[in-house]
Amino acid sequence: MKAPARKTRDTLAFWGFVGPFLIGLAVFAYLPIGWSVYLSFFDARNTVTPSVFVGLDNYAHMLTDGPFLASLGTFSVFAVVIVPLTFVLSLALAVGVHQLRFARAFFRSVFFLPFACSYVVASLIWKTSLFSGVRYGLANTVLGLFGADPVAWTGTVDPPLYWIVLVTARLWLQLGFYMILFLAALQRIPVRLYEAAWLDGAKPGWQVFRYITLPQLRATSVAVLLLNLINAYQAFDEFYNIMGDSRGYPPFARPPLVYLYYTSLGSGGQDLGRGSAGAVLLALLIALVTLSQGRLFRFDRGALSSTALS
Amino acid sequence: MQSRSRRSFLTLAGTAAVGAVAAACGSNTGRPGDPPPSTAMSAGPPPSKPAAKVTLQQWYHAYGEDGVQDAVRGYAASYPGATVKVQWNPGDYDSKIVTALQNSAVPDVFEAQVKIDWVRQNQVVALDDLIGPVKNDFSPAVLAAQTVEGKVYGIPQATDTQVLFYRPSLLQAAGVQPPQTVDELVDAAGKLSRDGVKGLFVGNDGGVATLTGPLLWSAGLDYLKPGGREVGFDDPRAATALGKLRALNANSSLLLGAPTDWSDPGAFIDGLCAMQWTGLWNMPKIRDAFNDDFAVLPFPKLDNSGAPSVPVGAYGAMVNAKSKHVAEAKAFVKWLWVDQTTDQLEFATRFGFHVPARQSLIDKADTLRSGPAADVARFVKENSHLVGGPVWTQQANTALSDAVAKIAKEGADPVAQTKAAVTVAQSELKRLFG
Repeated sequence: MKAPARKTRDTLAFWGFVGPFLIGLAVFAYLPIGWSVYLSFFDARNTVTPSVFVGLDNYAHMLTDGPFLASLGTFSVFAVVIVPLTFVLSLALAVGVHQLRFARAFFRSVFFLPFACSYVVASLIWKTSLFSGVRYGLANTVLGLFGADPVAWTGTVDPPLYWIVLVTARLWLQLGFYMILFLAALQRIPVRLYEAAWLDGAKPGWQVFRYITLPQLRATSVAVLLLNLINAYQAFDEFYNIMGDSRGYPPFARPPLVYLYYTSLGSGGQDLGRGSAGAVLLALLIALVTLSQGRLFRFDRGALSSTALS
Repeated sequence: MQSRSRRSFLTLAGTAAVGAVAAACGSNTGRPGDPPPSTAMSAGPPPSKPAAKVTLQQWYHAYGEDGVQDAVRGYAASYPGATVKVQWNPGDYDSKIVTALQNSAVPDVFEAQVKIDWVRQNQVVALDDLIGPVKNDFSPAVLAAQTVEGKVYGIPQATDTQVLFYRPSLLQAAGVQPPQTVDELVDAAGKLSRDGVKGLFVGNDGGVATLTGPLLWSAGLDYLKPGGREVGFDDPRAATALGKLRALNANSSLLLGAPTDWSDPGAFIDGLCAMQWTGLWNMPKIRDAFNDDFAVLPFPKLDNSGAPSVPVGAYGAMVNAKSKHVAEAKAFVKWLWVDQTTDQLEFATRFGFHVPARQSLIDKADTLRSGPAADVARFVKENSHLVGGPVWTQQANTALSDAVAKIAKEGADPVAQTKAAVTVAQSELKRLFG
């Protein structure tokens, strides 16, 4: 009789711990997602309880909607720049901090701290202080030392200098996080591997990094790339706060989420049907790209990184 | 606050007097359920219980000026017909209202500009019966902001507008006359750009958000034609006018990337630009900074076939159709925004710098009697236009805004871009009116 009583107690404990989270997840995540998919098949302007079924019209509209497609293009530009840059720089930072003989904890903290900063706060600092278009903005003050005129960083599209503002803000905010991931992976590499390489005559530096360190980081590298790409798709905060204003948002540098935000929640009228269709399409696209990337990098075998040595 | 206390007292005294008379009349109304009359003649009818007041929820967005919140709470508190609770809403108020209207009975009364979708979804109540007697007292543009298919859904509360502020001393030093045409504005902006000062500030987006309407009006066009069933800028002159924004953006005379945007006077006051397009609400700060060395202009005309213009926006008091107290909410709106002209004048002119929504009150506003303020009041009377309007949808607005941004910032072909925006706006009108 003892065993069933314990089982019942365990079951109760399980649901006691998991239940509240499951309910929260259902109410605040899955229900809205389900309702959003439902809305995407209706003409739902300024209502979340629509009555006019339009089938796939909203999807057809979004797939032929110039600004939505352009926003996917914007994302692509952002991803092509930010993903490799973040990867290389965070890895370089991690290797640098890992090799420090002293003050390692200090530098680890220094580089990680920006990750704790709000995207909104960082965006406003970037917009109004560092890359302000007036002569006393930090970047323009530096340029002024060389006799250059003030540059309108966020207002210049030819060349598109606003990318410098957007990319540097994102880099500053997220490099520390990915550096920590790489740092943890670096610390897990057995020292004997390096000793063996040294005995075999491998030159310290690039050769060891190329043939020992990098293959050992394979699983982390794939995870970093995946997270990075998904994060790039979800870019919203810094774009919205750096490029937008109270009246709207320019068509250039408008990522998908910003466009969907204006479509679904714009103060000029909420088109929740089309916005939901766009959100579903975007989610599918993210899933597709993520799966493709996972397949491309053999994510399923990433953990078996030691095989790279064989 | 003296007058407020005095009026509150009178209101309360009046209410008490009415209550006393009602009590004296007795409680036997003859309705079913009333208690039978007392048989004891000397006892008289039992004292009636005063009817419980309904409670109305009223929403405002968070006005920036000191004192407005206290004032509107005071107006609400002095209303005799109901208990009115005022909610002050900082942040993205317009989106919050749209969301609240979808399924909620709250707020009962709120300020906003009507959208046609709200009417189609039966989310707001027509207020023609309230505004009827004084309808002609409102300027056509502010009334248009609250009108859908001939019905008025909001009582305009106060008018905000934007004008071109400039420093006469700087124009004189540069040998520039106050611009009367768009070409003269482009020319003046160029000549005024010197010594680290830019000629003109029209927003960090290069004027896309602020000048799209004024440029269309400068050519005698509009977002929609009168009646709101046809696109108003399907015309070659629209491309010509919008192309002028490219000229402004291309000659390096615009201030871009300022720490504060067009709605704040910071750039103008700090001497970063010689002219700034901004709101009337900034006039006190600008006067403090420059004394008499500032003046105002409407946005100039494109040519003699066009006209100068100022945009106007006006929140109106509206009633939520899902409110449980629609009749009481309408009565309150009528009391405050139709009958209480003294409060309306105070609301518009005492705390910030606005023009009263009712034309009869403009002449009574001390703050608008002389100088640049009087000029602005005249512009509002003679040259005001509504930006977009209730039938102008988010989809159409994004299309036009994108087109103007591409023309201004990227030098895209104005004709092709304007045509693309016309196509989207036409499809939106087709959706709305078939």
